[in-house]
Amino acid sequence: MHPAFQGLLTIAIGVSGCVGYFYLSNQVLDKVLFPARGPNAGRNINRANMIRPWLFLLPALLALGLYLAYPVFETLRLSLTDRIPGGGYKWVGLDNYRQMAAEPKFWEAMRNNMLWLIVVPAMSTAFGLLVAQLTDRIRWGNVAKALIFMPMAISFVGASVIWKLVYDTRPAEQDQIGILNALYIFFGGNDPQTWLTIPFWNSFFLMIVLVWIQTGFAMVILSAALRGIPEETIEAAVLDGANPFQIFFRIKVPQIKTTILVVWTTITITVLKVFDIVFAMTNGQWETQVLANYMFDKLFRANDWGVGSASAMVIMLLVTPILIWNVRNARKEMQ
Amino acid sequence: MNDIAGTKPALRWVVHASVLLLVVLWVFPTLGLLISSFRTADQIATSGWWRSLFPSEQNLTLRSAAPETQVLENGLYVIEGNLFDAGVTAKISQWGVSSRAIDAFKPGETAELRRGGEITVDADGNYRMENTEEFSGSRGARVFVTAELPPEFTLGNYHKVLLAEDSTDSMGKAFFNTLTVTIPATIIPILVAAFAAYALAWMDFPGRALLIAAVVGLLVVPLQLALIPLLKLHLSIGIPKGYLGVWLAHTGFGMPLAIYLLRNYMAGLPRDLIENARVDGATEFQIFTKLILPLSFPALASFAIFQFLWTWNDLLVAKVFLIDATGQTTVMTNRIVELLGTRGGNWEILATAAFVSIAVPLVVFFAMQKYLVRGLLAGSVK
Repeated sequence: MHPAFQGLLTIAIGVSGCVGYFYLSNQVLDKVLFPARGPNAGRNINRANMIRPWLFLLPALLALGLYLAYPVFETLRLSLTDRIPGGGYKWVGLDNYRQMAAEPKFWEAMRNNMLWLIVVPAMSTAFGLLVAQLTDRIRWGNVAKALIFMPMAISFVGASVIWKLVYDTRPAEQDQIGILNALYIFFGGNDPQTWLTIPFWNSFFLMIVLVWIQTGFAMVILSAALRGIPEETIEAAVLDGANPFQIFFRIKVPQIKTTILVVWTTITITVLKVFDIVFAMTNGQWETQVLANYMFDKLFRANDWGVGSASAMVIMLLVTPILIWNVRNARKEMQ
Repeated sequence: MNDIAGTKPALRWVVHASVLLLVVLWVFPTLGLLISSFRTADQIATSGWWRSLFPSEQNLTLRSAAPETQVLENGLYVIEGNLFDAGVTAKISQWGVSSRAIDAFKPGETAELRRGGEITVDADGNYRMENTEEFSGSRGARVFVTAELPPEFTLGNYHKVLLAEDSTDSMGKAFFNTLTVTIPATIIPILVAAFAAYALAWMDFPGRALLIAAVVGLLVVPLQLALIPLLKLHLSIGIPKGYLGVWLAHTGFGMPLAIYLLRNYMAGLPRDLIENARVDGATEFQIFTKLILPLSFPALASFAIFQFLWTWNDLLVAKVFLIDATGQTTVMTNRIVELLGTRGGNWEILATAAFVSIAVPLVVFFAMQKYLVRGLLAGSVK
């Protein structure tokens, strides 16, 4: 069967299945199980209304439970076991974690990830705030914002190709086709550099790609927050003779502190999951390994599910504080 | 606000200039790839893409028309024509008839040809060859020119990447595979999530707050954790690597954001509307389909765009759940990574392939930016 046809069929089955399920299950509930007539009409309506939410929720809960909640626990279990060749698992306690901690590649990934965690959210938020503030006042601000927002639509892989061209290196005697090397030579550099193979600094060249993508996100959120600041506070500051920088740092930034924090944490999560950029640009060579790519290496190249799962748990552990913070905020907001 | 900047014109210029600088910085990398995708392999390899926007001076070896086109004019054998292909407007600064002296003559000057006769070449490439005897041989005379050529672009790369069927560079198949992954993976989660979001927004039941908290929590669970357990699960219930698996996976992974976005939006709908409908005797199912779904269109559109961009641009999920050893079900992102590995130097193929995959999300992005922004604003936990 042609995949496109299969796709159309899946849409049809999926959509009609969903609608059918919701419609029929409601019908069964109202007409068969607890009909709203006869001597028990009132009680039946109440019972039906107690069950109905769960009918609405069931497919989504199944998807959430099976595809996100269950894997967390299963990964935890896998990280504590080893596969026995020929089938089955054996309990090995913390051996996988020990084995991982003994690998220099893991610590390289940890070190790089920490760098990513500091640099990318900080730079994306800073640039986002800068653009949001600057474009707020000018007439072509919306066009500028759309262009800076654009990389959000580009895949990490596409962005990797785009930036690989920027970082491209040709032998010294040829014309440079990568703009970074062309500028480097133009401003008096001697030999063209292979930017992605310079240990330590190459991680920063990879981070730039993610900053380039995420700045648009930060800008959109922060721009909305800046517009939400009450005019009076700014007018009062103007009357008191504050200069634009004071207004920005003393009046505006404090008022959007929580939004900045939200942007920061959201980008942090993206950073922890980042895989495609490193995979496509260096594949972790030249000391650019990060956790997500390390995990992919372990799981699908080395086929070591134990250590792979252990490194996945490390990512989970790093996400957990943000997870708790988000949940607490959401609960606070609902009350 | 405007008057703050307005009072200081100098500051105003600084603002304009720095925004312009930032925009240029952000657009330049993409522009480079886009322009490169319209250049030939030779052009890309020999000069930076930024040069291609301006006329460039090049040394070319051209040939006059063959002797068979000669005509007899007043006792002289004459060949006339233009050295450049039709449609090319170039400006010759120097030329020559020998490869050892390619800059021997200026435009308008006349040179002796080795095989007899003489040739005059003008700046625009027009030439006139004259000889008292008949020109012989089957090929025209070689002329070496140094000319300033206008920017030249080609659609050849796109033709090659999209249409070449036998070629391993072909993206056509991967394009359709990506589309096949994306569309069901975008539509199905919306419906499932919409029902759940309605229940979480407008139905009262014990455990509701807990469920909402759980959804918020699952929002940040890295999907890396899900890869191996789900692959095991899929294999054990008989779903091999393939489209079904990847559709299910995307549906599951998109669910928290979908429920979260839609619930937030639905919870903001006016309470009177829903209670009036309930009083009028509408069932919950009717309220949902006739009232809530149409009203929630902006939120549905926001999520649809997110999910579309995410599934279209995804590499990891496709690698794990879709792409098998046969390589028949490869998606574009995966093809590009493969090209990066095997043809890292073939920028014309790489740039074009990347742009084919980037084009669709960019169109969606610019067409639906309003909904995307709205979704982002609603989706970030306040």
